[in-house]
Amino acid sequence: MSEYVALIPLFPAASALILALLGLRMPRPAISLLACLSVFGSFLITVGYLLMTLGVQLPGFHALPLDGPPLFRFIDSGGMQIDLAFRLDSLSLIMCLVVTGVGFLIHVYSVGYMHHDRDYSRYFTYLNLFTFAMLMLVLGSNLVVLFIGWEGVGLCSYLLIGFWYERKSASDAGKKAFVVNRVGDAGFLAGMMLLYANFGTLNIQPILAQVQEVPQGSLLLNLIALCLFIGATGKSAQIPLYVWLPDAMEGPTPVSALIHAATMVTSGVYMIARMGDLYARTTWVLLVVAWVGAMTAFFAASIGLVQNDIKRVLAYSTVSQLGYMFLACGVAAFDAAIFHLYTHAFFKALLFLGAGSVIHAMSGEQDIRRMGGLGKKLKITTWTFAVATLAITGFPWLSGFYSKDLILEKAFETNVWLWAIGISTAAMTSFYMFRLLNMTFFGVSRVDPAVHPHESPRSMTTPLMLLALGSIAAGWVYSSLPHFISGSIWAHREVEHAAVHGALPKVLAAAAVAVMAIGWLLAYHYYIKEPDTPKRLAERFRRLYKVLLNKYFVDEGYDAAIVDPLKNGSDRVYTAFDLGVIDHTLDSIAAGAMETGRVLARIQTGNLKAYAAAMLVGAVLLLSIWVF
Amino acid sequence: MIPLNWYLILSAVLFTIGVVGVFFRRDLITLFMCVELQLNGANLALIAFSRSLGDVAGQIIVFFVITVAAAEAAVGLAIMIALFHHKENLDSERVDLMKG
Amino acid sequence: MIAIAAFFLLAAIAVASAVAMLFQRNAVNSCLCLVLAFFALAGLYVLLGSPFIAAIQVIVYAGAIMVLFLFVIMLLNLTAREQPQKRPRVLPFAVAFGLMLFIELVVALRSPAGQVAASRAPETTVEEIGTQLFTHYIYPFELSSVLILAAIVGAVMLAKKKL
Repeated sequence: MSEYVALIPLFPAASALILALLGLRMPRPAISLLACLSVFGSFLITVGYLLMTLGVQLPGFHALPLDGPPLFRFIDSGGMQIDLAFRLDSLSLIMCLVVTGVGFLIHVYSVGYMHHDRDYSRYFTYLNLFTFAMLMLVLGSNLVVLFIGWEGVGLCSYLLIGFWYERKSASDAGKKAFVVNRVGDAGFLAGMMLLYANFGTLNIQPILAQVQEVPQGSLLLNLIALCLFIGATGKSAQIPLYVWLPDAMEGPTPVSALIHAATMVTSGVYMIARMGDLYARTTWVLLVVAWVGAMTAFFAASIGLVQNDIKRVLAYSTVSQLGYMFLACGVAAFDAAIFHLYTHAFFKALLFLGAGSVIHAMSGEQDIRRMGGLGKKLKITTWTFAVATLAITGFPWLSGFYSKDLILEKAFETNVWLWAIGISTAAMTSFYMFRLLNMTFFGVSRVDPAVHPHESPRSMTTPLMLLALGSIAAGWVYSSLPHFISGSIWAHREVEHAAVHGALPKVLAAAAVAVMAIGWLLAYHYYIKEPDTPKRLAERFRRLYKVLLNKYFVDEGYDAAIVDPLKNGSDRVYTAFDLGVIDHTLDSIAAGAMETGRVLARIQTGNLKAYAAAMLVGAVLLLSIWVF
Repeated sequence: MIPLNWYLILSAVLFTIGVVGVFFRRDLITLFMCVELQLNGANLALIAFSRSLGDVAGQIIVFFVITVAAAEAAVGLAIMIALFHHKENLDSERVDLMKG
Repeated sequence: MIAIAAFFLLAAIAVASAVAMLFQRNAVNSCLCLVLAFFALAGLYVLLGSPFIAAIQVIVYAGAIMVLFLFVIMLLNLTAREQPQKRPRVLPFAVAFGLMLFIELVVALRSPAGQVAASRAPETTVEEIGTQLFTHYIYPFELSSVLILAAIVGAVMLAKKKL
């Protein structure tokens, strides 16, 4: 086969299948090897295509963009024909790099992290299955394949969040994730149906071409874009469907790193970027996207300021950073959004894996109030975590600096208020990240004396170091590939590097750095110099603190407004209808049959004469029919 | 000389007497005898037809009917003996183990 | 002439003894009435030109079956007990249906064939019956011997006090 594209999702799929069938009988080293190597294989192929774009000619690899041949006809009914087909272009190539590259590192990390777990093979089965689904999502050349991947990652998210299903909180979290996702998916499906009804196809390229014919800002386009966006809010944890992501921290930490930082939650952003031409031709929907993204970013950051669970802070941070990406999409800077997606994958995965390392070292402790001073014992973890913190807050020249800056700049060009929200969010980001760093690794140790923190094994620290490298260098790598940005699929967008614009970008960049520094200093003051400050502030602003700590009581609100009424309603329907009508009917039929039997049994008197009489009557009647 | 119908009416009479007799009597032995009477009524009809149609098959059938009646009587009486041993009487009203 | 008189005589005896059988108190008396009825029937068979069957009737039916009945009655000493004959509840009901049965039988059996006696065939000889029996009816003949065997075994098994 001359095209290797189909192999990219195939390797993890095959691995998942083998692990599913034989995993329980395979020795652990075999499982680890199979799972990791399959993802690595996909990574190598992706790198091969990357090299192709850089001009290196490799045998068997063709230039991008590649529309793979249809491999399989899913649906062939009436006028509708849907194939399994892949498309590899610069957008899907970046996504594949992230998924396979970061994914591979996380697989390796998991070998160490899940070493003591009883369900080792099940974990890797799910992880590979997830990788397969995610690759289907990003490689699909039509919306159906994308949707298959979309649902697949939702499923794997459920499976992996509830991995330790014996814990009720974990299985509840899994259910919550799946159900909330489903709400979003309803919107996505509506969008797909609208697309098919009006454009006659679900293949993305033809749709994007046809969209150019539709008048700008037509109601149809706005509606479709809105429906698809609803799906994106579910998958990518934006307001109002973000509530599952913090709970998803019940899953193993590598899962949080892979699914809820680097890949699955970015699929909403990817989808919007992929359908960018459609979104560009809408009017108010783009504004909705931008404002939802900005509000989410601000909102989530504010919650993250006071959380005490190390993973929760990172979860809200993820929601916040995703908000940035949507903000970028909303101002039609899709390339900036993807750039931030790419850098965020590195440092967020690193942050989560680092957190996992800490949790592993602390034998399961996750509350940062019981940490502190770990820097001396967990050297590698601490320094890689610090690098990631610097990256996410936008420390100059690290990857986050470039991507976040680009977004803020594009926001400023569109609407000052969007920029204002963005920059204040950056301030909060800086503060809570450095707070997290200080409370966990530096300062006075509040660790329980019974716990003996120790550095993690090499299988865990090596990925940390590699990701740290990525967090530092990713920005340079990306921007030095000019045709990655300008040669991307958004032919209609004017993409300019920050240097071209003149003084304004420099001012904005300086503002961002200043904000970062302020956050750093404040965090240093609050948590190192004067550790009592947070408590005093919490006392002073007790009500505000309570609201933030309880995540604005959003979950409680949803429960009261939606979940409980639904549950009560269905309980009542169950009693009234299922029990009352259906069961009652069946019981009546059964009782009726028994009653009839009992009545008819009265014929069996046992009396000889009675039987004889019956025979006589019968004979007479029969004869009468014949005679008369 | 004698019309066939007379024989047939006679056979019907005998048969009906047998049928009614089953309800009339209470003890099983007489009941059984009424059944034999019914068989004989049928035999008479058969012979009459055989003579009327000139076919000897009717008589052959009667031959077999009598044979079977003999066998049946033997077994029936054996059952009654067994019943008697069990219940010390042969009252048809009390033979109701099959009730229900 | 004689035939008609004979017919009526024999018919009367048959019906009378049959009815009488129903009203006897003593079981033995019922038996004897039935025997009388059988004899009358045998006479009717002779009238119908089947002496062989008449003989069989007397020998087997009257001579063996009714004797068996008498044996059983005497064995079980059924004569000694006289149960109070309560009118069975189904009686009127049964009589009604019995009448209906009679009517239907008559209607069903009515035949336009007419005369019987001086009709087609002369008396049936034993030779005729024998020929038929051993050629066309050979299977039923042999099977009836199996039937009788089964009856014998069954009767012995059922009537034993202890198996």
